Amino acid sequence: MSVNKLSTEESYKTLNKIETDLLRPMTHHKGLELWILFLVLFFIIGGYAYFIQLRDGLGVTAMRDYTSWGMYIGNFVFFVAASLIGMFISSVLGLLKIKWITPITRIAEMIALAFAMWAGIVIVIDMGRPDRLLNVFLHGRFQSPILWDVTVVSTYVAISFLLLFLPLIPDAAVIRRRLPGLPKWQMKIYDLLYLGWEARPGQYLIIKKSMRILAILIIPVALAIHTVTSWLFASTLRAGWDTAIFGPYFVSGAFVAGVAAVIIAMYFFRYNYKLGDYITDFHFNRMGQVLVLVSAIYIYFNLNEYFVPAYKMRIAEKVHLVEMFTGHWSTLFWFTQIICLVIPAFLLIFKKMRRPSIMLWLSVLVLLGAWLKRFLIVVPVQQHPYLPIQNVPDSFHHYIPTGIEITLTILPIVGVLLIITIIAKLFPVISVWEVAHEKGVDESIIK
Amino acid sequence: MKEDKNLSDSPQQDENNARRGFLKKLGLVVGAGAAVTAGAVYLGYDHEKKKNPDGKKVRVLTADGQLMEVSEAELIQAENQTADEESELQRRGREGLPGKHWVMVIDLSKCRNARMCMAACQGAHHLRPEQHHINVLRMQDAEHTEPYFMPKPCFHCDNPPCTKVCPVDATFKRQDGIVLIDNQRCIGCRFCIAACPYSARVFNWIEPLKSEEDKDLPYDVELNVPQRKGTISKCLFSADCLRKGELPYCVRACPNGVYYFGDLNEDTVTNGTTRETVRFSELIRKNGGYTVLEELGTKPQVYYLPPKNRLFPYQYEGKTTIDPDDSRVGGGRG
Ligand code: SF4
Ligand code: SF4
Repeated sequence: MSVNKLSTEESYKTLNKIETDLLRPMTHHKGLELWILFLVLFFIIGGYAYFIQLRDGLGVTAMRDYTSWGMYIGNFVFFVAASLIGMFISSVLGLLKIKWITPITRIAEMIALAFAMWAGIVIVIDMGRPDRLLNVFLHGRFQSPILWDVTVVSTYVAISFLLLFLPLIPDAAVIRRRLPGLPKWQMKIYDLLYLGWEARPGQYLIIKKSMRILAILIIPVALAIHTVTSWLFASTLRAGWDTAIFGPYFVSGAFVAGVAAVIIAMYFFRYNYKLGDYITDFHFNRMGQVLVLVSAIYIYFNLNEYFVPAYKMRIAEKVHLVEMFTGHWSTLFWFTQIICLVIPAFLLIFKKMRRPSIMLWLSVLVLLGAWLKRFLIVVPVQQHPYLPIQNVPDSFHHYIPTGIEITLTILPIVGVLLIITIIAKLFPVISVWEVAHEKGVDESIIK
Repeated sequence: MKEDKNLSDSPQQDENNARRGFLKKLGLVVGAGAAVTAGAVYLGYDHEKKKNPDGKKVRVLTADGQLMEVSEAELIQAENQTADEESELQRRGREGLPGKHWVMVIDLSKCRNARMCMAACQGAHHLRPEQHHINVLRMQDAEHTEPYFMPKPCFHCDNPPCTKVCPVDATFKRQDGIVLIDNQRCIGCRFCIAACPYSARVFNWIEPLKSEEDKDLPYDVELNVPQRKGTISKCLFSADCLRKGELPYCVRACPNGVYYFGDLNEDTVTNGTTRETVRFSELIRKNGGYTVLEELGTKPQVYYLPPKNRLFPYQYEGKTTIDPDDSRVGGGRG
């Protein structure tokens, strides 16, 4: 498979170095306990906030009869969007046989799985009657886009799970050999996972074939999850949501969010896990280029989404667009569109800008913008229904998220970080055997 | 309005209703689905009569509407009686009234924003003051047109976007055209709110107004009472009244003759104030009746007669004009 095979002796030497480098963070991690403690602490606060919401009802949020979907739904769209990156990196780029993605596929898969898993929980947080969740299965109606969403998101979680864990099989074998001193419960996981791996050619064949099948399978499913999520809005008759390009518009936006998230994670792992030899400037350069590409596509869809209706200014759309361009939402709108999308994309065109430290900050902006954009897609449209909002308290006209709502919006984000932290603690964040292959290490010794 | 002979107008039915209130107080609501239960009670009564002819008698209502007398000592609480009564209410609530197709006509030339409809509705459905099944809106269609008042219930669309999106069939359209809510099944996703282009739906964001008082009432899906926290509510065309052969709460409450209500299949509608029954088609044809935002394809079953030759000039809070921000000049049409 590999380009230039190493001799047996060199193979052992190279593999030894790769193993040492990639497995080191699993045993050397200063401050990890503190970080986990912080995450868990937030969980307790979030849990309390959720308890209050359960006890007093969704009235503890700023949502009311007109703006009846708020931050939670925006958060949900963001989560689904960010989870698409797994499919983009390991499937689209992988199937195109782009080699440099090897050290970042697992990072992308971790992000994908964590966001996809939490997306389901975000929806439950938004439900008025979470105790009746089972009704969706007992009385599910397939005419409702929610059912489509439930179906495809759970399929996506399943495939992402396999795509993350299949390549962990050889790595589990490596961990068993290299780190026998790990706690018992942890070793149990590897015992379970390594499935009797012996690095036989037949075993490699099975793993590679299954990964390839999954990589192909996940493409339509990933497209479906975000397309269907966009249809939650596009299937209504509301001016501002009622547009035909929502599917591709959402999908292209998802790649922007996901690429930015991966760049941030790359930066973090490179410096904290001392993986500079594996996640190199070259990888950042390439990811920067990818970000420019996906942003350009997204900007193109934005142009279609806003310029075309703005040219016509049909009254219902006009009310909405004017609020976005010059009215109540204009600061947020232009900040999101210009500062968080157009400027980062433009800057990254220049090679000088595609350096890790600069890219980190640009990616943070892009990711922030990606979240805000979901908010701007979900909330403002509802404040301008066809018929006027009258005879209701003032709070029904506005939407200013409450503390509980903000806490419960951050909670799933913390949850995502917790899942990533745990996976990165239990497994190397870069696939040992795949990197070893790239470097020409003899396959049969990776066990 | 023409009354349905089978379902109302029968003294026995009325009496049964009166008994029901009494029996509820005793905690003896026997709406048991099984006639077996009724039979058993009856046998017990028969048996007891022979044994103790002077014992105190209680009247009970069987599932098939028969009124029976039993000695009080013989009565045992039927197991799960609320559940049984609820399932019966659910069954008939979901089925609807066969052969009917309810329509409402709202004459905008007569509305002076008295809001008696809103009050009657909120009272009947135990709503909070900000929860409107029917809402009288201040409208202005274009910059230079006259403002007017427009009562807006749910339009009970014949092609309802709200029921399409519900993931659990908690909001549904029955054969007589009424779009109902089942708040025992609703999961509170609020997709139907997003889907309704007429803002006809409200949500119980917090504990409903009378949840404490209503907690032992069997849930009537035709009245949507008791209301439940975390679920939807909206105008039901007073399906409970229609079953009894009465006009909806709002229609009866209007002092100004704004509302007509009736059956499209019979082509008749009755005015709630004057009780005058007229041909629906003629009323619409002669007065230029229309529906709101019909270009959306929702097929509303609430018709409006235009606000012409008005009896009362528009006036709200001392002003005869509307703030454009308030009314959304153009009404959002198109
Ligand atoms: S008016 Fe709204 S809630 Fe009523 S049937 Fe039509 S879409 Fe549904
Ligand atoms: S809020 Fe309730 S009635 Fe409305 S769509 Fe969701 S489950 Fe159905």
